[in-house]
Amino acid sequence: MNAIELSHIYKSFGDFSIQDLCLTVPSGTICGLVGENGAGKSTTIRLLMGALRPDSGNASVLGVDVSSREFLQIKEDVGVVLDEAYFPESLNAIQVGKIMAVTYRRWDQAAYERYLNRFDLPEKRQFKDFSRGMRMKLAIAVALSHQPKLLVLDEATAGLDPIVRDEVLDIFNEFTREEDHSILISSHILSDLEKLCDYIAFLHQGKLLFCEEKDRLLEEYGILMDSAEQVDCLLPEAVVAREASGYGGVRALVRRDLAPAGFQLEKPTVEDIILFLVKGAKTR
Amino acid sequence: MELIIRNTTNQPIYDQIYTQIKAQIISGRLQPGDALPSIRALAKDLKISVITTKRAYDELEADGFLYTVAGKGCFVAEKNLDLIREKQLKELEDHLAAAAALAKTCGVSREELHEMLRILLEEEL
Repeated sequence: MNAIELSHIYKSFGDFSIQDLCLTVPSGTICGLVGENGAGKSTTIRLLMGALRPDSGNASVLGVDVSSREFLQIKEDVGVVLDEAYFPESLNAIQVGKIMAVTYRRWDQAAYERYLNRFDLPEKRQFKDFSRGMRMKLAIAVALSHQPKLLVLDEATAGLDPIVRDEVLDIFNEFTREEDHSILISSHILSDLEKLCDYIAFLHQGKLLFCEEKDRLLEEYGILMDSAEQVDCLLPEAVVAREASGYGGVRALVRRDLAPAGFQLEKPTVEDIILFLVKGAKTR
Repeated sequence: MELIIRNTTNQPIYDQIYTQIKAQIISGRLQPGDALPSIRALAKDLKISVITTKRAYDELEADGFLYTVAGKGCFVAEKNLDLIREKQLKELEDHLAAAAALAKTCGVSREELHEMLRILLEEEL
């Protein structure tokens, strides 16, 4: 079964539009959603949660169409963390837990307390006095404590310090140990996604440029550092994008299968690939 | 089972898993019938992609090193080990035959050849 299925989604907002978006996240996998500001990541997530209706196309989550009645039931199985956490300002963490316990049918109070502890969240402080990091941590704790099958995370690791971020990534990694648990995560911190994801989906100006298996992506490309003449020798379709470093050197992203064997290619990071692809798209 | 994944080499991750498990099966450190960690558990423990782990296991299974029992997991396969050993013995024989042929053409006596091999083996140890 697929945890998330978007097929041929169109949605227009005047100056910005989502065009022919097809995205599938198989059950049990983690998909990272990448793109510039305004590329359509949050819009995609809103379409997915039924908060926006597409002009055309279908969206389904955990096998249920988001525009159908049954989707209300399915929402219990989805944990959502958006880039800003909203809870009533005057409540503390314990009171938030109490409200969630009567909101969700499968609320796990013990797990919630464990997460509060693990995240070092104060029990008695009011939400309005929380720092940005604490707000995110509380939202993540709530999302994980109602035993979801799918986590949808929109910039959920933004504002967290590196140590907590690493711990949160560990928790997400543990979460998908279960075969029917899946995650869709969008983030600007590409190194986080590189650590965590099985698939990387790249949105650019409302279009999905690719959705590929992360390790295949890393195997497919290489970074070439060489003189401009050397890079010019390569097949034009082998070079995705290039940047001059001055002093005659050129750094280029090349497709391994099209580059001759003699070239020394460095291993790229997901960040390298995305940056070069955006650059390549702009120069063309 | 020991697996060390390196990011510094250009060898793809699935290939690293494939070669390391294969080496441990051939050397006998993993015995036939031994249970391997599930694809999912291995991926999460090594903090790598589930799909990559699956690819490594799929290739090991295709080459006859593993078999999968639905609902139980993956196990080290039995029969192919003899075949691999047979293959290696064959290769060894070929090398020795080539050495013997070479010894003949340059007039090395049988005793000298034995002595050479004995010294080589001692050096190894």
